[in-house]
Amino acid sequence: MEDLETVKFQPVIFADYSPGEAIRKAVGISRQDVLFELKESKIKGRGGAGFPTATKWMLTAAAKADKKYVVCNADEGEPGTFKDRFLLLEHPELVFDGMVVGGITVGAQKGFVYLRAEYEYMLKSLEDYLQQMKKDNLLGENILQSKYNFDIEIRLGSGAYVCGEETALIESLEGHRGEARNRPPYPVNTGFMGFPTTVNNVETFAAVSHIITKGGEWFRNYGTDKSTGIKLFSVSGDCEKPGVYELPWGTTISEILDLAGASNTKAVQVGGASGYCYPKTQFDRKLAYEDAGTGGSIMIFNESRSMLKILKNFMEFFVEESCGQCTPCRIGNAKLLDGIEKLEKGEYTFKYINQLIDLGRSMQVASKCGLGQTSPNSFISILENFREEIFAKSSGGRNVN
Amino acid sequence: MLINDESRAPVSQKPNKLELPAEKEGIGSNVTIEINGEKVTVPFGTTILEACKNNNIHIPTLCHHDDLCIAGVCRICVVDVEGMKTLQSSCTFPITAPIKIKTTTPMVRKARRHIIDLMLSEHFGECYSCVRNNNCELQKLAKEYGVDRYNFGHIQKSKYDVDKSSFSVIRDMDKCILCKRCVRTCIDLQEVGVLEAVNRGIDTTISTFLDKPLADVVCINCGQCINRCPTGALHANDPSDKIWEAIDNPTKHVIIQTAPSPRAAICEEFGMEPGTSLTRELNTALRRIGFDKIFDTNFTADLTIMEEGTELILRLYNALVEGNAEVKVPQFTSCSPGWVKYLEHFYPEFIDNLSSAKSPQQMFGALIKTYYAKLQGIDPADIVTVAVMPCSAKKFECERPEMRDSGFKDVDYGLTTRELAQMIREAGIHLPEMPKSDFDDPFGEASGAGLIFGATGGVMEAALRSIIELVTGNKVENVFQNAKIIPVRGFEGIKYVEFPIEGVAEVPAILKPLIPDWKWLEGVTLKVAVAHGTANAKKVMENIKSGGKLSECHFIEFMGCPGGCLGGGGQPIPTNAKIREKRAEAIYAEEEGLTLRKSHENPYVNHIYANFLLDGPCGELSHKLLHTHYTKRGKFID
Repeated sequence: MEDLETVKFQPVIFADYSPGEAIRKAVGISRQDVLFELKESKIKGRGGAGFPTATKWMLTAAAKADKKYVVCNADEGEPGTFKDRFLLLEHPELVFDGMVVGGITVGAQKGFVYLRAEYEYMLKSLEDYLQQMKKDNLLGENILQSKYNFDIEIRLGSGAYVCGEETALIESLEGHRGEARNRPPYPVNTGFMGFPTTVNNVETFAAVSHIITKGGEWFRNYGTDKSTGIKLFSVSGDCEKPGVYELPWGTTISEILDLAGASNTKAVQVGGASGYCYPKTQFDRKLAYEDAGTGGSIMIFNESRSMLKILKNFMEFFVEESCGQCTPCRIGNAKLLDGIEKLEKGEYTFKYINQLIDLGRSMQVASKCGLGQTSPNSFISILENFREEIFAKSSGGRNVN
Repeated sequence: MLINDESRAPVSQKPNKLELPAEKEGIGSNVTIEINGEKVTVPFGTTILEACKNNNIHIPTLCHHDDLCIAGVCRICVVDVEGMKTLQSSCTFPITAPIKIKTTTPMVRKARRHIIDLMLSEHFGECYSCVRNNNCELQKLAKEYGVDRYNFGHIQKSKYDVDKSSFSVIRDMDKCILCKRCVRTCIDLQEVGVLEAVNRGIDTTISTFLDKPLADVVCINCGQCINRCPTGALHANDPSDKIWEAIDNPTKHVIIQTAPSPRAAICEEFGMEPGTSLTRELNTALRRIGFDKIFDTNFTADLTIMEEGTELILRLYNALVEGNAEVKVPQFTSCSPGWVKYLEHFYPEFIDNLSSAKSPQQMFGALIKTYYAKLQGIDPADIVTVAVMPCSAKKFECERPEMRDSGFKDVDYGLTTRELAQMIREAGIHLPEMPKSDFDDPFGEASGAGLIFGATGGVMEAALRSIIELVTGNKVENVFQNAKIIPVRGFEGIKYVEFPIEGVAEVPAILKPLIPDWKWLEGVTLKVAVAHGTANAKKVMENIKSGGKLSECHFIEFMGCPGGCLGGGGQPIPTNAKIREKRAEAIYAEEEGLTLRKSHENPYVNHIYANFLLDGPCGELSHKLLHTHYTKRGKFID
């Protein structure tokens, strides 16, 4: 991680923490107390969708079943996101402790880390760490002489972006083709092998470790009303200091640009390829679930970049990564890419491009999972926010029909 | 429950039937929801689609099929649920709260239209050159949504080669819309698992193991996938051109045999409601088309009962009395070629349990090219035999190398109900208006026992009628009212029935050379089972393998298709439980009206034994012409 900056705003995720601390606390208090602190913290899922973590855990805890599972989503596949990699490499104790707390809280005895295929190189060190935790009685049977048993197994993904979607991840864990399931029922009821399962992002577990030790109120002090706490941002692109930034929710885009030493910025893609692209006029937007939401990816583009090329890159990604099960995503993404190629050649009609934007909106509401529901975001936002550039560069819209 | 009900379907595709949670019981088992502003009360866990259907609100569907587990992939059935950010697929959404649903908002209509446009853009081919023209769900949707142009283009080049390797099922992936009904049919309904989606995104396609041709994988040819394909991506291997050629050739003597199930279902191809048998109308139509002779497959169904029933008695005698360990019990029926191939692939170690008696179709073929040819003085080389079957696997069966005992291909062509309907339409005949006429001699009459072969449990019922009478000497009517053996009827997946044999009669003359007496059967409880659909067959086989209750059976009827032959892969499309029920009703109603209802009483069958198969059932000539052997195929594919 030498090439990357780590900017620590005010240590929260990176606050002092001694390994096992959260587990020690959790075995000493009731499950209700853990859920109470989580609820107090108002933390929402750090993967991007922003579902309240306390609710998710409560639903899993309330579900009646013989077995339950905790899954850590380490399939960090969103283009421009690398904060989970950083956490797993530098602070595995936060992630694993959070998982154990999760297991204790929801009543699960088994946890999985779904590690993306590209992170295979860290498998050994993570497994060594788990072995150490077992030796320290932080994992395994009767954790810290308590009644709780919990074990963690790391499983590797196979490189499919869609497996970052929690139900596709579960399908993959079960050994099936990585395809999203129908929801409802949700994994909190019917998850891994049909048992209640809570799936959380790497960063969520890390934050939980701190929340349990320092209290929900402490966490809530940071951020905005609706987006509490701090967030790790993966900042990349045209800037002097790309890296992982720890900043409170509510930080504006321009503040991040300043911190990262970005100049001459034309556009910022917030939330990765599936996120939205903001032009200069909107750099005062706040990074928060209620405004410009993100799982952490901030991509900076300066004036030298072609927005059409950026968009094409994103759409090629989605055409490649659509799992192919539902119609809007499978064919829709290909049509959007087709439209971009027509734009490049200048062989388009405005009517057709508008039709594609319309199609994108249908994809957002009719696709089966988050992939197809968000893949048109960049298409729509770039075409709307950078209309002049895109239509100026192409030859003006020759009607080829 | 006799047998556990585990399905191989992934969790994501299992039915979304939710158990009523205990804590909800306090508030009752119903939920009141709002559909388009109207209050409706539905049982907890009902899907939005069912709720709408029950209230006469039409929601378009494509990937949904009543017989299959859910998929939720085509997205055509999306509706607006108040408070949810995205539209919800109504086929998958279980109602557990008092939600408000809108089924035709501008957003919903636009999304549906977009989905249709997208499907059409990737759907290669033209409607007028498609086997499913006028019976295609995609075509119907396009009309429903007023599609008059291709908004997102239309694919101009074929992407996939048509797989014509199978004698039974042809796959044309260019027409596939990836609804995955075939995948679900194969893996969940039939538990065979030949088809699965491969690749991702726009390159997704349905494929076989290692993309092998269908003929080289463990496909059992049941054709259930064809029945559920919404488009023309799957269809049967149609021999009608060759049949027309034979009809038009004056030197050929073209004989057609008609099975009971097509007769009970072909009305659906002519716009009639399911549930009317057009047996005798069909005879007239076939004559007008130009077939030289029309025979009733039920005749050889009667013959099958004689052969298979005798085989069963011999098996039991050899195994139970003589203690011959090489004789395998229970005996399995062998008239369903889908089931036979399923067993050859998945349970080859049980191959000796299969009855060696050929199916009625093949018995007829062999008799026509020997007995009939001689009787009529026709060179069998000039005879072309066609069999109208509800089945796609029958096409494979007649191509089996072991089915040439007459010295010729016993049956030249297997024709499905759908293909025959097409020939009738092409001949300008409106079947329902045809006058009635009879089958031709010398196989003029068949019993009701042969007729009910078309429904699950039918073979068993036919066999039991004869066994009960021949062994106990009691009239079957005295045991079962109106000779209806109700316990083996119906659509329950696996039926298990016991019949105690109290008191035995004299062995009838026809069997006397084989069995000295029935004393060994006195006091024995005959145990039989009936299974339909290979998913149920699998459960039976696993139960037998584990030494379960069914391993004590003496005789088990297996049918490859759900519902038996009447639900076969060659039957009119669409199919669902209700349609299959209607077809069964038609068959049983026709049967009850007959006077001849037991195979062993069929005078034409007795005539054959008296004049041709002189050494009786399971005799030498029978064995040569009417019995066969099978191939241990296994699951492994080169």
